[in-house]
Amino acid sequence: MGITFRKETFRDDFSFRNSPEHIRRFPFPFHEDSYMYAVNIEPHVLGPKGSVLENLIDVDEHYVAEMQDRALVLAEDPLRCQSLPHMTLAGWDLLELLMEQQALGYPEHFTLTRDGDRWRWINRPLGIDDTFTFGDTSTLPYGPMEYITRQSQGDFCILDQRDGNLWMDAGMVTTQADWSLDFDIGMNFFEWHAPVPLAHEKGIFVRALKFLTNIQQGKPARRLNWTMTINPRLDTSPENYHKWGPDRTTVTAENVGDKVHLRVELQSFWRLPRSNGIVFPIRCYLIKMDELVMQPKWARRLHRVIRDLPEELATYKGLTRYRPTLVEWLSKLDDGSPTSPGFGPD
Amino acid sequence: MSTGTTKLDVVVSDVVPVNDLVTRFHFRRRDGELLPTFSGGAHVVVEMRDGERTRLNPYSLMGSPLNTSEYTISVRRDDVGRGGSLFMHRSVKPGLEMVISYPVNLFSLDLRAKKHLMLAGGIGITPFMAQTAQLAAEGGNFELHYTCRTASLGTYADVLRERYDRRIRLYHDDRDERIDLDRLLSSQPLGTHLYVCGPSGMIGWVRDRAAALGWPSETVHFEHFAAPQPGAPFDVTLAVTGKTIRVDEQQSLLEAIEAAGVDPPYLCRGGVCGQCETNVISHDGKFIHNDHWLSEEDHRSGCKIMPCVSRFEGRSLVLER
Repeated sequence: MGITFRKETFRDDFSFRNSPEHIRRFPFPFHEDSYMYAVNIEPHVLGPKGSVLENLIDVDEHYVAEMQDRALVLAEDPLRCQSLPHMTLAGWDLLELLMEQQALGYPEHFTLTRDGDRWRWINRPLGIDDTFTFGDTSTLPYGPMEYITRQSQGDFCILDQRDGNLWMDAGMVTTQADWSLDFDIGMNFFEWHAPVPLAHEKGIFVRALKFLTNIQQGKPARRLNWTMTINPRLDTSPENYHKWGPDRTTVTAENVGDKVHLRVELQSFWRLPRSNGIVFPIRCYLIKMDELVMQPKWARRLHRVIRDLPEELATYKGLTRYRPTLVEWLSKLDDGSPTSPGFGPD
Repeated sequence: MSTGTTKLDVVVSDVVPVNDLVTRFHFRRRDGELLPTFSGGAHVVVEMRDGERTRLNPYSLMGSPLNTSEYTISVRRDDVGRGGSLFMHRSVKPGLEMVISYPVNLFSLDLRAKKHLMLAGGIGITPFMAQTAQLAAEGGNFELHYTCRTASLGTYADVLRERYDRRIRLYHDDRDERIDLDRLLSSQPLGTHLYVCGPSGMIGWVRDRAAALGWPSETVHFEHFAAPQPGAPFDVTLAVTGKTIRVDEQQSLLEAIEAAGVDPPYLCRGGVCGQCETNVISHDGKFIHNDHWLSEEDHRSGCKIMPCVSRFEGRSLVLER
């Protein structure tokens, strides 16, 4: 039995919803009642069945709608997808990784057949059946990175590794939390993280870079990050700030549950074998407050996290304007009783 | 956050003597599947089970990255080393089951380069075997200058000339042929990257001349595995695990720590990657630092050691392991 793909939108009428199964599998990012940065990196290994870690590259009920939204973003702004000239080999590495993982995890939806460098890729949800020569860009309708990331949920940054640093030299970025590939392209690890508050002083980026440059083939790693978004909008880019920025003024006590979404990024890190680069998929999961608070533990914990969040973090994550309204709304769902350890619902 | 590598169960599929000093070993997966894809310049760590002793040595993969049905390495016999190369030459036969690590690349090509200028000395030729194969397949621009003692010890010189013709320049010590390094480095097009692998004297010489001639350091790449050197035995206390161990003459400190059942992270086992860096809690004696990872300041401080290649002489050494 395959996935039933939802027909929904991430713009205009915002018809995006999670099914009950997807609410339960939501990757809630808080393991305790407070939040502060940490180098929260762990091995990216398979998790429990029915969780977003059931496969290392997750495909879910939003797949088709997300790919349609990506195509709309790219049609308006092709610079969301860029690859510097030396990154084509890494693009092939990524194509192989995503085809292998999607075919492995979802054989009813994706099939990869290889005969030497003659490859056939079948993507049933999107109605694609292409035969091409691996390594020969002229046999695909797009470059290898663009081709496969138009068919894979989440944003993808491909980092070149040289001079003991990582360089943002290619990417497909259409579902981002207010950062721009076009601005960051060609930057190194410290440069593109420069706007993040507090973490530099804690030495987090030095340690994180040391870890990432040592990521080994066959041993991917992952971490969770989070922010909040008003309306289920995937494309919250600086380029389109004029479209989504004003949404933050529309939150009222009446519409908090429907409008405010927790936005969780499952970030993973993989060594690419041919190019020796690193690919950094940033997979975005959205859940509206009305859906999230169906798990009482999550409601209590989110209330405490948002209420006690340091001011710098709240500003960086863009919560300042509606935080009081949200905290007030969540407080009614927090009876003060303890929460159990760990991420999952009770 | 341990970052050891995943292991591969392999079988030795062929052993081919190349010349008086060098033998090539071929590995295939025991389950018959393809080996992981790798990039030119990558190495694997080979586990050598020699009776009671296990040695782990890094060797560059020298086959084409396009062929993952087998991995090949070339081992130069070192008659005065710790015995790893002698074990490979004497005891490893076709059919032997061995364990190797996943490939790790600490000597990667810079794919931005308009031209790749490669300098090899002796057995330092091996990573270039894979890199030239990778570049040739993509139509890449490269030129390899290879210094060897004699024509008969010019490991794979014939193969390289056959494959790449004029892109390979050979220099034989016994014929007094020398690279005109300054001229070579002064006549490269903009966008050239320089790669050097060979004896440490050669690496130092090339890096110094490149710096003197104005090459930016990010365009100069080098592979500098120091093989662990034998030395006088010494005793070490591991404070965290509460063990006292003896490091034998032919054993590295890292191998002795592992033999005691403690597993620090590692990648290169050649003093370059930094993974096994270990804090010194106290010492009474002299360090013999052989790594290329710690700064001179670290070496002088006596607070850190790279157990994969460095040793100790003296009365007591206590490590945070």
